[in-house]
Amino acid sequence: MQTNPVIKLDAIKKTYHTGEVDVQAVRGISLDIFPGEFVAIMGSSGSGKSTLMNMIGALDRPTGGHYWLDGIDVSTLNRDQLADVRNEKIGFVFQGFNLLSRTSALENVEMPMQYNRQRITAHEQVERAHHALELVGLGERAGHHPNQLSGGQQQRVAIARALVNRPALLLADEPTGNLDSQTSIEIMGVFQKLNEQGITIVMVTHELDVARFTKRMVILRDGRIVTDEAVANRSVAENELQRLRQEQQAVKLAS
Amino acid sequence: MRILASLKIAERALRRNKMRSLLTMLGVIIGVGAVIGAVSLTSGATKQVEDQVSNLGENVITVFSGNFTTGGMRGGWGSAPTLTLEDTAAIRGLPNVVGISPEVRDRAQVLANGLNWNTQVLGESPDYPQIRNWDIALGAMFSDADVRTLAKAAVIGKTVADQLFPNENPVGQTIRIRNLPFQIVGVLAAKGFNLFGQDQDDVVVVPYSSHMHRITTRTFVNSIQVQAANDKVISLVQQEITDLLLARHRSKEQDFTVRSQLELMQTVTATSRAMGFLLAGVAAVSLVVGGIGIMNIMLVSVTERTREIGIRMAVGARAADILVQFLIEAVTLSAIGGAIGIAGGIGFSKTVAYLKDMPTVTPILWIVIAVVSSAVIGIVSGFYPAWKASRLDPIEALRYE
Repeated sequence: MQTNPVIKLDAIKKTYHTGEVDVQAVRGISLDIFPGEFVAIMGSSGSGKSTLMNMIGALDRPTGGHYWLDGIDVSTLNRDQLADVRNEKIGFVFQGFNLLSRTSALENVEMPMQYNRQRITAHEQVERAHHALELVGLGERAGHHPNQLSGGQQQRVAIARALVNRPALLLADEPTGNLDSQTSIEIMGVFQKLNEQGITIVMVTHELDVARFTKRMVILRDGRIVTDEAVANRSVAENELQRLRQEQQAVKLAS
Repeated sequence: MRILASLKIAERALRRNKMRSLLTMLGVIIGVGAVIGAVSLTSGATKQVEDQVSNLGENVITVFSGNFTTGGMRGGWGSAPTLTLEDTAAIRGLPNVVGISPEVRDRAQVLANGLNWNTQVLGESPDYPQIRNWDIALGAMFSDADVRTLAKAAVIGKTVADQLFPNENPVGQTIRIRNLPFQIVGVLAAKGFNLFGQDQDDVVVVPYSSHMHRITTRTFVNSIQVQAANDKVISLVQQEITDLLLARHRSKEQDFTVRSQLELMQTVTATSRAMGFLLAGVAAVSLVVGGIGIMNIMLVSVTERTREIGIRMAVGARAADILVQFLIEAVTLSAIGGAIGIAGGIGFSKTVAYLKDMPTVTPILWIVIAVVSSAVIGIVSGFYPAWKASRLDPIEALRYE
């Protein structure tokens, strides 16, 4: 591949100094992720995947090694510069949705634009937020508050929020962890659709079922990469949904 | 981050907990309300006194006979007859004196029109209305010629006119003072009550010469009213009068007292000013307490919204953005509290003014002070919680339950 990687990790290390014991959460990870990829980072708890995710998300800095995000060496930035990088380059999707309560879906989606260093006019903010909501299939629900939306819908709002600043990378942390299996497949469908449009996605998960919707699987153990391979027999959301419906139908008929 | 967006976030956060926001504001509301109320009432009282004092006349200096201590005896104003008409003439010769009137006072039963009335009979010079800033409503003041000829001419106050000549023009009629017939030449305009609650219109004014020779047989005057040319020379004229009379009386001790309106005003307003300071002090304390209340609630709010802060930081809010957001919330709280306090304070003082018939004045300066101090309280009490919020680690804030 000739293009520059979106993410370039070079011997990334992270050591926590807690009390007398130093915890080495990440012990030297090198990884290149190129535009248009859809990568699942997997591992059991304690494998260092959350720590790696925080560093990729520019929420935390590595204690060793270098990290280039879209050509910027993130490992040398200060707090404010990290905030700007998160704002401009990364869109976050969390397990717990993390929407602002008592705030409409539209305003939730607008929120990241308020912190954009390039001033976006109020009119353009509304327009872009609407567009992002339509992209995730929630154009009709812009005025609803999170407590009026289902879990899947809330996660779609969160995805719209992540996309609204046109980031180089969509970073999802267990995005289906709080959802039932059908909704999980629907959300993965949204991700696959976005990925087809060229958006680079990195998703942290511990569920193999969910990881099989991605194109590439990176498995961590004890802070190191143990497997990095393309996904064989990739699941397609539409087919999976259809299969699920048939199964439900069968259960109904049987009873 | 736009200020407008921050204001919107602040408004939403405050509306989310309406009752709590209101209770938080209460400290500032009471503080500002108390300041404005106290200042309105005391400035009203001060203004009332000032009005009454200027009602006494403009740039007036009064020379009283006697002194607080005369020959070791503590007397008082007017306690010894020491001022004479010669003293009056001498003072008249001083520069910057534009009007002078020797005053003799007595109470007498007056008769007219088949009615009688007990009133104050004053002997004055024709300068008197000018000195007292007192208009003649009907007729005219008696003249210098009347003084020279011990004329039986009188000018009466509104109350006397009402008592003795109901529904009649008193000018030209005769009034009997100690059985001597005086012709009424004028009626003074209504002046109302003075500083000590006396009806100033309950008075009959005659030439001082007539008073001293016909009504009473006095050789001394009670006091001398002097009008200075303007307010800048009052102190100078006071000093000149003192020097002149000391020389004329050749006494070791001062047997007279020179007082100006200004001093009278200062004495009377000193009390209300002290009261005002006391109230302002109490109000300042309650403002500080209000500020602590805001700080307390803002700290709670920061803890409650740790997760929200984490989300905002994750999507790219800088520490400064978070700081500004919480500062704006605190300032909004105290500013709204201040505004309600100002309205409440003015409302309170107007109610008191209405119920107690007291004038109230709310100086613009104090409204500005109230606005500024409530904003300052918001910034000061909001800064620590806002700073604490801005120092949060986004990872931990996101994980916060």
